Amino acid sequence: MLIRIGSGIRSSEITPKGAYLNRRRLLAGAAGMLMAHDRATAGVKFDGLKRSPFSTTEKLTPYKDVTQYNNFYEFGTQKDEPARLAKNFVTSPWQVAVEGEAGKPKVFDYEDLLKLAPLEERIYRMRCVEGWSIVVPWVGYPLSELLKRVEPGSKAKFVSFQSYYNAKQMPQARFAGIPFPYVEGLRMDEAMHPLTILCFGLYGETLPNQNGAPVRLVVPWKYGFKSIKSIARIRLVEKQPRTTWSEANPREYGFYSNVNPKVDHPRWSQAKERRLGEFFKRDTLMFNGYEEQVAGLYAGMDLRKYY
Amino acid sequence: MGHAVLRSRWLKAVVFAAALLPFASLLWRAWRLELGANPIETVTRATGIWTLRFLLITLAVTPLRGILGAPDLIRFRRMLGLFAFFYGCLHLMTYVWFDKFFDWRDMLADVGKRPFIAAGAAAFFAMAPLAATSTRRWVGRLGGKRWRRLHRLIYFSAAAGVAHYFWLVKSDIRSPALYGVILAMLLLYRLASAVRPPSRSNLGMDQTS
Repeated sequence: MLIRIGSGIRSSEITPKGAYLNRRRLLAGAAGMLMAHDRATAGVKFDGLKRSPFSTTEKLTPYKDVTQYNNFYEFGTQKDEPARLAKNFVTSPWQVAVEGEAGKPKVFDYEDLLKLAPLEERIYRMRCVEGWSIVVPWVGYPLSELLKRVEPGSKAKFVSFQSYYNAKQMPQARFAGIPFPYVEGLRMDEAMHPLTILCFGLYGETLPNQNGAPVRLVVPWKYGFKSIKSIARIRLVEKQPRTTWSEANPREYGFYSNVNPKVDHPRWSQAKERRLGEFFKRDTLMFNGYEEQVAGLYAGMDLRKYY
Repeated sequence: MGHAVLRSRWLKAVVFAAALLPFASLLWRAWRLELGANPIETVTRATGIWTLRFLLITLAVTPLRGILGAPDLIRFRRMLGLFAFFYGCLHLMTYVWFDKFFDWRDMLADVGKRPFIAAGAAAFFAMAPLAATSTRRWVGRLGGKRWRRLHRLIYFSAAAGVAHYFWLVKSDIRSPALYGVILAMLLLYRLASAVRPPSRSNLGMDQTS
């Protein structure tokens, strides 16, 4: 069975939404069905998602805004470009290599990753370093579930992530002004924190390409760019890994990049943010409102120095 | 060049209407709720980029008069410059109102701390006296020579505008670089004609209508 996405005509244009959602529900009932996919993984409905106590009850940002206003520099630096230019991004078959300081390094097929742990819906705030924010119902499970499988060694102090990069599929990337493949990193305790998730979907469906299909990271207490998209490789390492933005502009972007209203970006204040859909700006919260859960990770650290 | 056309009254009306199109388009899209996920950002960007465009179009009048041999183009210069100021006012208003909500202290801190805000403010406040003295009466009051000297502030305003744009983008500098190159060409033309004045007279700024 094939579901082809990106044929130029969106199914939403020709089929009433209710009808095609029902059809997808039928088709996608079992995760195994995803194995049959041809080139894309986007837009397949998930069933039986667990709810999470970590979810916020704030009003969700509409699906349209979450999926049409994106930073995904491989597909263009304008917010509306990824939705248009990632349409034909090939996300199946997909593998993620988990390697480095691990007892059991392994290359996972996407389908195996999906089945590795129960999928949950996590409604998180996401705060972009540019001063806007959204509330997204992500689908995923704690990254720790994956890391535990490969048995991190004693030298595994950090986790380094690498996005998939293919200049042919991402012709806009060479204008972005940052090097690719995109890389990010977390300290081991940040990566193992229950709020940190490996994410496969949003709004109850598999990730649209522009949101980082087929699998991405979501770290809700850090600026959005830490939540790396379209992950191809995860490496457990001893030393603090390179990260793309801190390398491109070390004065403006640090390794930690925790949301912090008191530490300004050199070019703009981080004290406030505009929640998409709202007229007035709201105060930005320490650690994006996850202070209670994550402040302990940074006890005794000078967050001005380690920004 | 059809000089009769350039001198006609209706062409001025057409240019005026065309210069209002970006503004009309914003109003239309706002009314139809089509300004995207972040409407205030859309408005800020559109008004900012049109300010810069009108500054450059205004600066292009003098070179175009020489290159096209169409001195009548001077008729449009004041109007185009005033449109740069018009879009600059809208741009500043979106910042003062929708970004800072009239928090003057915060804005002052912004200007002090952030070069890109300071550059934008400088570009705007350099335009203000030019708009204020754009009338024939002011030319008379100041005298042509002093008036001309004052109005060279537009070079500063355009350069500060380009710097404002450059310092604002995160990494993809294609668009600000393009505006920088255009401005450099417009200024180089002036430099070249200052070194070797054109044979044709009356292409300078002595005519102010």
